[in-house]
Amino acid sequence: MLLGFEDPWVSLVYILCILSSLLCVVWGAFKWNAEATEEPEEEVRHWAEEEDKVEEEL
Amino acid sequence: MDSMWMTLCVIIYLFVVGYLGYRGYRGTHTATDYLVGGRKIHPYVMAMSYGATFISTSAIVGFGGAAGVFGMGLLWLTFLNIFAGIFLAFVFFGGRTHVMGLRLDAHTFPELLGRRFQSRFVQGGAALLVFIFMPLYTSAVLIGAAKYLGEQLAIPYEAALFVFSIIIALYVIMGGIKGVMYTDALQGTIMLAGMTALILLTYSKLGGVVPAHQALTDLASQVPEKLAKGGHLGWTSMPKLGSPLWWTLVSTIVMGVGIGVLAQPQLAVRYMTVKSRREINRAVPIGGIFILMMTGVAFVVGALTNVYFFNNTGKISIAAAGGDVEAIIPMFVKASMPGWFSVLFMLALLSAAMSTISSQFHAMGTSLGRDLVEQSLRKGRASGGLLATRVGILIGIVVSVYLGYELEKQFGKTGTEIVARGTAIFFGLCACAFLPMYIGALWSRAITKAGAIAGMLSGAFASVFWMLFVHEKESTALLLCKKLFGVRSLGIRMVEGTEPGQMVEQFIRHGKFIWAFVDPLIIGLPLAVIVTIVVSMLSRKFSEDHLRRCFGGLAKAKQAS
Repeated sequence: MLLGFEDPWVSLVYILCILSSLLCVVWGAFKWNAEATEEPEEEVRHWAEEEDKVEEEL
Repeated sequence: MDSMWMTLCVIIYLFVVGYLGYRGYRGTHTATDYLVGGRKIHPYVMAMSYGATFISTSAIVGFGGAAGVFGMGLLWLTFLNIFAGIFLAFVFFGGRTHVMGLRLDAHTFPELLGRRFQSRFVQGGAALLVFIFMPLYTSAVLIGAAKYLGEQLAIPYEAALFVFSIIIALYVIMGGIKGVMYTDALQGTIMLAGMTALILLTYSKLGGVVPAHQALTDLASQVPEKLAKGGHLGWTSMPKLGSPLWWTLVSTIVMGVGIGVLAQPQLAVRYMTVKSRREINRAVPIGGIFILMMTGVAFVVGALTNVYFFNNTGKISIAAAGGDVEAIIPMFVKASMPGWFSVLFMLALLSAAMSTISSQFHAMGTSLGRDLVEQSLRKGRASGGLLATRVGILIGIVVSVYLGYELEKQFGKTGTEIVARGTAIFFGLCACAFLPMYIGALWSRAITKAGAIAGMLSGAFASVFWMLFVHEKESTALLLCKKLFGVRSLGIRMVEGTEPGQMVEQFIRHGKFIWAFVDPLIIGLPLAVIVTIVVSMLSRKFSEDHLRRCFGGLAKAKQAS
């Protein structure tokens, strides 16, 4: 009777809930500084231009 | 004394919410600010906003109460919520949606799909579906929140409904997505504090983690005979494999996860509000822990209430709550927790409702204003970019509040039934109409414009048809089937006269009415997938240039030439 539960399936899912949250934490920590500057310059520029246009209209 | 504190805290809370809405308003200068937060939202705010929008009051009170009846087997839903609803959603859908949204300069979910498939029809059609079907979902959350608030503060339901709607309307219309997300972050933080305190207080009251579980295990002999016959083996066991209760639990879990969540416009747009993929990665831990502390805590505490009620009243939870599943958690909090916690918990539930509703208002309004009027019909641009969107939000709010107020007034119990199905209807529709096209948009270069349109239409029509005429739960509530054919559902002609409560028993005994129980998702989603693929195989592909623009490599290709 792991953790006081009758059914091993319930013990398993209780642990899985915690582990899946930990997976999220580990993923975030592992990737903390990765993929910061992947946006292609051209697209970003295009987007900025569009934004300026909208601003003018406003 | 307590009610004075409660009122005071609600007033302070509303002032802070108002201030954050004002901050959103001050920080909003362009359409990009209003629609996607200038693409500079902090990962904490993004994750909290996603989570708080995802979790409404009913996820805590309704599903928590259900755990009081079914037991901890419901935790499979939490596991799937975290793993699929956060991890897979952020890591796979989030990253790609963000990058493609930036490349195509998309500001809303329908706009992303429309630009990816170079189709104003896709953008307008997706927006129209959102605008038609979301108000019912919003009403469902709104009515629940107004009733709860009315009871807590001892004010009439109507007053609560209007005051509540006006406050949310103000910060959504003025502050746009920034107003929504800043307030969401505060509301998510309050929810996190409330649920953390709830689990700590519950375990400490019941003697610690393992002793509390053990006490619940020891209660297995108290399972009512009716539930035991259905396959209930105790609150720390799964129901008997293949039993009616097992099927109910599994279908609740499957539907609760709702594949539709992955393709919900108000959630998908969150990925486009941050600066880069890095921010989405940073949001993953916050989202994962948030969901664990929401549904995970609600289900564990919901099940453990049995120990508390049995020790104090000699009854299990559902008996102590007089058969009202949704009353279990509020009753437990009122009976067992200190006064200060009741106030915190009330604010947490208020936050859960407001954060979901504000995002719904924003999504409805942007669909009508930005996607349908401005972009798809090409009107309103000259009259000033945001006006159409703001008017769209206002119309969305008026429709939702009207539905919340009038349906119940006009149709009484039937009206309540219709609204109660609102969430399921919207989730089902999102999955059938948007999911195949959305996955195709992000991962496949082979899905064509015609394929996307055909898939969206077939998914939408199939699921709406199934809801109106076959799936017993919706077709009964929506009344059209009864009016046209004289039966509640075309799938259960033979058991007309059976009460809804006896449906499952009838099904198990005869096994002949299966179609009436098959969820619209099971029909609409595979159909939409097949149609999307087949039509794409037969129709004209997108140009290489457009695909490069969507999937990257455009700049490099230009340099090379």
